[in-house]
Amino acid sequence: MKLHEYQSKQIFARFGVPVPRGILAENATEARNAARELGLPVVIKAQVLVGGRGKAGGVKVAHTMEEVEVLAERILSLTIKGLPVRRVLIDRAADIRGELYLGVTIDRARRRAVLMASSAGGVDIEEVAATTPERIVKVPVDPFIGLPDYLARDVAVSIGLAREHWPKFIHVARGLVKAFVDNDASLAEINPLALVATDGGIGLMALDGKMVIDDNALFRHPDLAVMRDPDEESEAERKARNADLNFVSLDGNIGCLVNGAGLAMATLDIIQHFGGKPANFLDVAGGARADKVATALRIVLADPKVKVVMFNIFGGITRCDEVARGIVQAIEEVRPTVPMVARITGTNKAEGDRILASANLITAESAAEAAQKAVALANAAAA
Amino acid sequence: MAILADSHTRLIVQGITGREGDFHARQMHAYAPIVVGGVTPGKGGTVTDYGVPVFDTVGQAVRETGANASVIYVPAKFAPDAIMEAADAGIQLIVCITEGIPVLDMIRVRAYLDIRGATLLGPNCPGLLTPGQAKIGIIPANIAMPGDVGVVSRSGTLTYEAVHALTQAGLGQSTIVGIGGDPVHGLDFLDVIRMFNDDPQTQRIVMIGEIGGNDEERAAAWVKEHVKKPVVGFIAGRSAPEGRRMGHAGAIIEGSSGTAQAKIEAMRAAGIKVADLPTQIPALLL
Repeated sequence: MKLHEYQSKQIFARFGVPVPRGILAENATEARNAARELGLPVVIKAQVLVGGRGKAGGVKVAHTMEEVEVLAERILSLTIKGLPVRRVLIDRAADIRGELYLGVTIDRARRRAVLMASSAGGVDIEEVAATTPERIVKVPVDPFIGLPDYLARDVAVSIGLAREHWPKFIHVARGLVKAFVDNDASLAEINPLALVATDGGIGLMALDGKMVIDDNALFRHPDLAVMRDPDEESEAERKARNADLNFVSLDGNIGCLVNGAGLAMATLDIIQHFGGKPANFLDVAGGARADKVATALRIVLADPKVKVVMFNIFGGITRCDEVARGIVQAIEEVRPTVPMVARITGTNKAEGDRILASANLITAESAAEAAQKAVALANAAAA
Repeated sequence: MAILADSHTRLIVQGITGREGDFHARQMHAYAPIVVGGVTPGKGGTVTDYGVPVFDTVGQAVRETGANASVIYVPAKFAPDAIMEAADAGIQLIVCITEGIPVLDMIRVRAYLDIRGATLLGPNCPGLLTPGQAKIGIIPANIAMPGDVGVVSRSGTLTYEAVHALTQAGLGQSTIVGIGGDPVHGLDFLDVIRMFNDDPQTQRIVMIGEIGGNDEERAAAWVKEHVKKPVVGFIAGRSAPEGRRMGHAGAIIEGSSGTAQAKIEAMRAAGIKVADLPTQIPALLL
């Protein structure tokens, strides 16, 4: 689950990471009030859960109250990568003297959380990693100890940070690691972590913030679970999540129902191999009971792009005849109007085939044959 | 021979009286008589209707039965604790079927196990099957048959599909190992391929990977240097979009890393024949 910038910064602040004073606004009037309270100039930032906000015109500096209203209005009317901007964050603009990058993520190969830092802040870190990987310093976080001071200091030295900033950097790095661990994040990122001029001299401040929370850990973070932005997922994806189905919408026209994530992925590949375009990834998971299949079928058919549905089922512990009964019952309940192709194999395949034959289904012996039939039907419907 | 488990394995089932545990314990017990006990805290001292004694703790189970392997069916909230309990009791092979364990929990658990020297398979995996000898987990045994093909996979049903195709082509299996679809797990491709390479029964190896991480690439590099046995592979997720998690927590393309293309190229460069469709796997082995 992704968190918005303002949510991430609120969490960072609780862990001792300095952030600019900021106020959330949903319209131009609120933006103006926020700016009055914060003092000019301010930065107006679109709160949408996608990258590239700046390039899309979603981040602007305003020097006058008129500018605040005009720019807030304009940003709030934007749709960035398909997501409408519903809120803007108004931040007091900072006097920036330098920009660093600081992030924590999971390093799968090392099986550790890792702290990453770079003196090349404020730019796309993926690009830094691709072009000048030596400019990114990584240290592992010990699962039992966390991040000791000396490692944070090592990082500060390695990225060439001036000596007088080390204590502040250590404080921020440890705070970010703790925010990551305590909230079960899979990503916590500050880009840029800026050197800013304040009344008390130069300080470090998180001018942006990004967090992704491990969905599997939300059961122990009810405070975070309620932060989910409904825009992050489509209505179909939300329904699927509530029904315990793994579902991802795609942009093709062949609806897919498969048991098992790996087989579901392979099914999309097979469809594409034969020139078709899958409308979704859907894993009905183990069991594949009739009610679950029916829910899944409804979700797939709710997409108006779907011209044909393809079932690809491997009956293992759950036998083919049980799954076939589930499919037939689901079809009776949902009564789809598009053609359906089913391929079912594994334990008790013959009985499964016999049950499916009684329903109004096109059957196939292999996934390849099913995909070819589905692609032909989709093409015919589109013509 | 085979790897990881055979007819001499002494297996306990953690969560044996739960819905999943009960169902699969019966299946495992019916397949091969390796199940020596079960653990459910609070149900110690009882015996299942199919004759397996239940203990309150893994420690008790190990002392009473001499168990050396455990399979875990407890819910995600309690599974990390169950894995650590098994390791602390001296269990050498821990197979965790449970899906949905938080990544940071698994990082701590792995670090804990590495100190104790226990081997973990999973979590979020179908377990393993040595046809004719031992079933630990949920792989449907009726699709497999004994033979010389070692199968290692990150997936469940996709593995079954491949195994089914192998069996239908007359190609039996030495051991089928599902390493699971989570980002942080126990045995990875490299570990299992190394075991298959050392196993005299295994003459050919099938690896079934998917998008996300770089386990497959690291295994391919090792295959290139060390493996003389023929290796055939398949990668699921060629058509997956970036940044979307495809069911498994670990099946996600992040930036340029973890793509199917990169994995397929690494495998081909290591001399591994990569199938376009899962059903092509048997033909590539012959």
